[in-house]
Amino acid sequence: MSFTPQLPPVAKLEQKTVIDLVANGKRMDDRTADSYRPLQIQVGLIEKANGSAQVYLGKSKVLVGVKVETGTPFPDTPDEGVLTVNAELGPLASPLFETGPPSEQAIELARVIDRGIRESKAVDMKSLVLLKGKKVQVVFVDIYILDHDGNLIDAASIGALAALASAKLLKAELKGDEVVYKPGLHPLPLNNHPVAVTFAKVGKTIVVDPVLEEEQVMNARLTVTIEKNGNICAMQKGGLSGFTQDELKTIVHLAVQKAAENRAKILAAAKG
Amino acid sequence: MEKLPEPKQPEKLIDDKGIRIDGRRLDQLRPIKLEVGILDKADGSAYIEQGKNKILVGVYGPREAHPKHIALPDRAVLRCRYRMAPFSVDERKNPAPSRREMELSKVIRESLESVVLTDLYPRTTIDVFIEVLQSDGGSRCAGITAASLALADAGIPMRELVAACAVGKIQGHMALDLSDAEDKYGEADLPVAWVPNANLVTLLQMDGILTTSEFEKGLTMALDACKTIHGMQQEALKKKYLVIKEVAEEREETEVVA
Repeated sequence: MSFTPQLPPVAKLEQKTVIDLVANGKRMDDRTADSYRPLQIQVGLIEKANGSAQVYLGKSKVLVGVKVETGTPFPDTPDEGVLTVNAELGPLASPLFETGPPSEQAIELARVIDRGIRESKAVDMKSLVLLKGKKVQVVFVDIYILDHDGNLIDAASIGALAALASAKLLKAELKGDEVVYKPGLHPLPLNNHPVAVTFAKVGKTIVVDPVLEEEQVMNARLTVTIEKNGNICAMQKGGLSGFTQDELKTIVHLAVQKAAENRAKILAAAKG
Repeated sequence: MEKLPEPKQPEKLIDDKGIRIDGRRLDQLRPIKLEVGILDKADGSAYIEQGKNKILVGVYGPREAHPKHIALPDRAVLRCRYRMAPFSVDERKNPAPSRREMELSKVIRESLESVVLTDLYPRTTIDVFIEVLQSDGGSRCAGITAASLALADAGIPMRELVAACAVGKIQGHMALDLSDAEDKYGEADLPVAWVPNANLVTLLQMDGILTTSEFEKGLTMALDACKTIHGMQQEALKKKYLVIKEVAEEREETEVVA
């Protein structure tokens, strides 16, 4: 059951400071409302994964690993591979996170990233079929949150795309009933490059890429995932209040612009 | 009967005259039936039928918070559970809570938070249970529409009612209130919840592909539909209390005769 979360006491004391700053056109870290934190992407840190990427978004730090394995397709999509996205919000990343089964925040995060990749048809699912209805390749995208300073959705989305775009795998083929791998690595076939951009409404102002302090006092949050042609492929609103129709229009147009900027950085980093 | 006939993919979702598979125009809602106060034990309840959706919502509270540590000192905690019955869909749904249900419980709760005057009841919980008995596309929106009626029926002070409706894209056209088949074989789905007087969109999700102008058009369509649904919600509430009034008047008359 989902219930209203408790705000840490410190956040309550800071509430007014954060809102006043944003209302005066400033932010906790001296950014403007429409600017992103510095973004750093490293790929291939985990040699045992097919693809991996570590993302620093300001002080938020996320590691994403991609593993490709052989498995069975879902009965309703016998001619497609399988994509699974999971997120771990481990207790090392923040005092707000606890051990135990995935929280609703972790589930929401994973599902928003999944929606962006799936709906933009980023991974070429048809190319992952070894034997129709029987054997396909399964792409696991595992998101590890290492340090939580806000906007985990964008950091995870950037990490997921960088890890997928840099993923390498052996060519698998079916010989009789057995899967054999041919030597030589080839890239995971990608058709699209979805990028999530998240906005928060702090007081009456819309800011992009909120830091933790802003997230804790925001009225509402909106993530817009943009695919490579500038169309929207996923959206998710969060937070206790909402947005006006005009605010939504502004956000969507800004998202298209920010996604294109970040996409260029991600693809450059993935090439190495 | 072991197996029901499986629904087939329709050849076309819109015919040459612009009519959808269930006979609707692109901007037309499915028939909606709303009932308020139909459960005995719950503090408030509501039932909605929208197309083939059949959804029952029960509200308990404000009541003492259990477990105690989730209680907040300055407001009531709003709790929400969205659940689909195993028999509500074509292929039996495993009764264990799915990731989808957990996500929807969260976004539905967040869509209701801003209208409930939670600061009047510190240290308590207000619980909203949404049971989807039959699902036909757009169940989260129908659930929100019914949940805000159930909250009102429980006598919980609210700023106003929340109305919700989805729009989507089928065969390249924006269409209102997608049915199950349209959602499945269409190109995009955009559920929206709206608080009319505060002019706030409190639920917004999207999957599929939409251009920015399609999104803007879809949002306007959804908000117009929410206005219509908001009117229906008010009527449903009035209807219940008119019945109560009539019953009370009848009783008064018989008492006078006696």
